[in-house]
Amino acid sequence: MRVLLPRLSQNRAAVWIAIVLVAAVLLVLPFVVGLLGNAWVRALAFACLYILLALGLNIVVGFAGLLDLGYIAFYAVGAYMYALLASPHLTSTFPWIAQMFPSGLHNAIWVVIPLGAGIAALFGILLGAPVLKLRGDYLAIVTLGFGEIVRIFINNLNAPVNITNGPQGITLIDPISFGSISLAKTQHILGITFPSVHLYYYLFLVLTLIAIVICVRLQDSRLGRAWMAIREDEIAAKAMGINVRNVKLLAFSLGATFGGVSGAMFSAFQGFVSPESFVLNESIIVLAMVVLGGLGHIPGVVLGAVLLSMFPELLRHTVVPVQTFLFGHVVIDAEVLRMMLYGLAMVIIMLYRPKGLWPAPEHGVNPASRAVAQRA
Amino acid sequence: METFIQQVLNGLVLGSMYSLIALGYTMVYGILNLINFAHGDVLTVGALTALSTILLLQGLFPGLPGWVLICAGLLAAIPVCVVLSLVIERVAYRPLRNAPRLAPLITAIGVSIVIQTIAMLVWGRNYLTFPQLLPTAPIEFAGATLTVTKVLVILLSAIVMIGLMLLVNRTKLGRAMRATAENPRIAGLMGVNPNFVIAATFAIGASLAALAGVMLAATYGVAHFYMGFLPGLKAFTAAVLGGIGNIPGAMLGGLLLGLIEALGAGYIGQLTGGVLGSHYQDVFAFAILVTVLIFRPSGLLGERVADRA
Repeated sequence: MRVLLPRLSQNRAAVWIAIVLVAAVLLVLPFVVGLLGNAWVRALAFACLYILLALGLNIVVGFAGLLDLGYIAFYAVGAYMYALLASPHLTSTFPWIAQMFPSGLHNAIWVVIPLGAGIAALFGILLGAPVLKLRGDYLAIVTLGFGEIVRIFINNLNAPVNITNGPQGITLIDPISFGSISLAKTQHILGITFPSVHLYYYLFLVLTLIAIVICVRLQDSRLGRAWMAIREDEIAAKAMGINVRNVKLLAFSLGATFGGVSGAMFSAFQGFVSPESFVLNESIIVLAMVVLGGLGHIPGVVLGAVLLSMFPELLRHTVVPVQTFLFGHVVIDAEVLRMMLYGLAMVIIMLYRPKGLWPAPEHGVNPASRAVAQRA
Repeated sequence: METFIQQVLNGLVLGSMYSLIALGYTMVYGILNLINFAHGDVLTVGALTALSTILLLQGLFPGLPGWVLICAGLLAAIPVCVVLSLVIERVAYRPLRNAPRLAPLITAIGVSIVIQTIAMLVWGRNYLTFPQLLPTAPIEFAGATLTVTKVLVILLSAIVMIGLMLLVNRTKLGRAMRATAENPRIAGLMGVNPNFVIAATFAIGASLAALAGVMLAATYGVAHFYMGFLPGLKAFTAAVLGGIGNIPGAMLGGLLLGLIEALGAGYIGQLTGGVLGSHYQDVFAFAILVTVLIFRPSGLLGERVADRA
């Protein structure tokens, strides 16, 4: 636990009290928030998925300094992988698959999560390999192009062989279940009633916590330090004996795994996937979370993801009543306003707080070298 | 053969517009090393302003001929785009000129989103019909058909690009622009006002974008709040293909990309035996981009190093 709470680590009792308090808050949270309506718990569950995405993108952009504007492609890959493996789509399209799986395709979460992570990592390497030499803006544009290519393929792969069912998307996706306990139904455990969204929230929360621990451990590992060395100066990193190619590929593939897992969970949670969920704007929103929270700083990234993913829910409940009160009718709907505020926030935060809302503490950077870096 | 000529002509039309947009990207990139993500949205605003002006004039003076309306639309669109572009430069890019390179890129994306949503609020989220103002009778040319609008697009783009080359190579402002692109600080020591040059570059890029926007809307007969984004992205690809920062490169890249897209869309069905259809058209631009950046990152005509970092 020392790595998670460095300042408290001297006092073991304080650490444990802090952990218990945070855990209690996180466990009770859906019931408190649920008083406002289940839509808020749903937003919490989505916040967890966005934290996963933001943490994954943070590995690529924040740690390794490789600007990726097509990150949502990995989310799409994870989502479609789960959708294909846990829906009647494949068995109804291909008779030979139906013969192989007479009872239909269903997969347990223990299969899905590693598989989603693995396939997304493979895509990460496929994307990463050709763009290893590119830096900065070029990389941004190429990854953006990759993201669009993946979406165009998903959108059009319903002919000649119907794999993705095109723009209609895939429906009837199995919910996640542990043995006989399905997360799609309300469960009664120890006399407490857990609606479906609460169960998903707990599952996503566990995944998020695991992801945070992985990220924190990665950050301080040899690999994490290699990423940061590349981010600061690629040539110097190479001179220090870092294998830039492998380390960059690892950044792409490890970043992608988070996206893949998050996508698979999204697919199970929604029960439906379509190419519309994986447009460029989604990539930009995830990037906004990372940048606004604090590039390369895990608590900042988590904060950014929570703020920006809960924000639309807040808007939905305030914008319409406020406008009806002021003007008598709705002038700007919440979705449009959300995008506009995201855009404005990206501009304003870059201008006034370029390191994000909760930036990484600077240590080991002496003022002289920072001045040089800024001038360059 | 007729398909071939037809697709080449379509490619030239598309390519001319890509070239015009690509010029805006490449000039800004040449001087600031910044991908002006909002450039495509400036184009959108140009096209929509022109559309509104035309509809307004049509309502006020029903008898006006089509070419007057188009010219009036352009004359309204260009100043609006120039002002918009200057405001963007002043507010979002200038304060970040010495910041790390990620920062202006992110503000550029933010500005692009803001303009899109504002355009959506002003003009609505539906596809708007751009009136056919010029004669639509098809012109036969070597077995292929063209319209007056398409011929005008090709001719006008050529004229504008020649004018731009003269501006950059023969005038004082052009020399100042080239000097600033080479080295802003030294150019400043030589008496060039870099802020003025950068503003002028943005203004020229915006006027070209306005022109391209009106052309796009007039050629395809529709305009909407998102129309500039994809052409903008592809035009950036064209700029990279030609060699970013290189003005003839942007023109060549735009034309080539237009041709590749048109021919690709026309023949992909035959080549792949019907497996892939013309809806993969958008993939070509990105596939070309990736290939160029891998094998020749400085572009076809580029002499600069791809990344100065």
